Amino acid sequence: MHKSTMTFRRWIILVVVMLCSACGDTCLSVGMKRVGPVSLMHLGTLIAAIRTPWVAIGIVLLLGFFASYLTALSWADLTFVLPATSFGYVIVALLSRFWLHEHVSLSRWIGVLVITAGVGFVTQGPSYTEVPKDPALPEDATEHVGQH
Amino acid sequence: MPTPAIAIAGIAMVVLTATTGDVMTASSMRQLGDLDTLKAERGLPRTILAVMTNAHFVIGVLSMTLSFFSLLFTLSHADVSLVAPATGSLTFVSNAAAAKLFLKERVDTRRWIAAILVCCGVVLLKR
Repeated sequence: MHKSTMTFRRWIILVVVMLCSACGDTCLSVGMKRVGPVSLMHLGTLIAAIRTPWVAIGIVLLLGFFASYLTALSWADLTFVLPATSFGYVIVALLSRFWLHEHVSLSRWIGVLVITAGVGFVTQGPSYTEVPKDPALPEDATEHVGQH
Repeated sequence: MPTPAIAIAGIAMVVLTATTGDVMTASSMRQLGDLDTLKAERGLPRTILAVMTNAHFVIGVLSMTLSFFSLLFTLSHADVSLVAPATGSLTFVSNAAAAKLFLKERVDTRRWIAAILVCCGVVLLKR
C-alpha cells in the first residue's frame, strides 16, 4: 500500500522554493537595471551593486531559496523537486508582465502553459523513492513511495 | 560571430557541471536524511554544520560554482538566446537520467513526461 510522504508543511516549503527563486531573480533584475551595464574593466561596480537594496533583497531571497531547496531534497526525489518547483519560471513570467510591465510574447505564454502541465503531471505522482536498506527484503517491500 | 564548436562544448560543460551539482547536493541530503528531523534532534547550528561538512554537498556546491563560471564563459562565445534555453532545458532531462542512474530514483513515465514538458516550456520561455 502506498503512503503519502507529502504533508501540508512540505507543500509550503515547495511553494517557498518557487516564490524565493522567482522573487529573488526578479529583485536582482530590478536592481541590476538600476545599476546599469557593468563593464569588465570596472568589476568593482558589482561589489557596489550588492549594497543596493534590490540586489541585497534578491540575494537574501536566493539564500532562502537554496535553504528551502535543500530541505525539500532531504525528503523528496530530485526528479520530483525540480519539475515541481519549475513553476517558479511561471511566476517570473507573471511578475515580468504585471510588475515590471515587460512584454511577454505568445510563445512565452505557451511556455508557461507547458510548464504548468509538466508541474501538474509530476505532482500527481509519488514524491519519494525509499532506498532499500535491507537487501534481504523483496523489492516490493522496500520501495515505498509517497503518493497523495 | 559565435564559434559553434566552442558554444556546443560550453553548453555541454554547463549541463554536465549543473547536473553534477544537483545530483551531489541531492545525494548529500539523502545521506543526512530529513533536515526538519535533524534540526529538531540537534538544533539549527549543528544541522548547518552537518550540511556544510558533508563531502557530497561540498562537491555539489563546487560543481554549481563551476557551472556558473562555465555559463559566463559560454555566454562570452555564444548568444544568450541559444545558451539560456539550451542549458536551462537540457539540465532537466540530464538530471532525470542522472537521478535514475546514480540516485536510483524511480523515474517512471510520469516523471519523464514532466521533465520533457518542463524542458520544452523552458525553451519557449527563454526564446
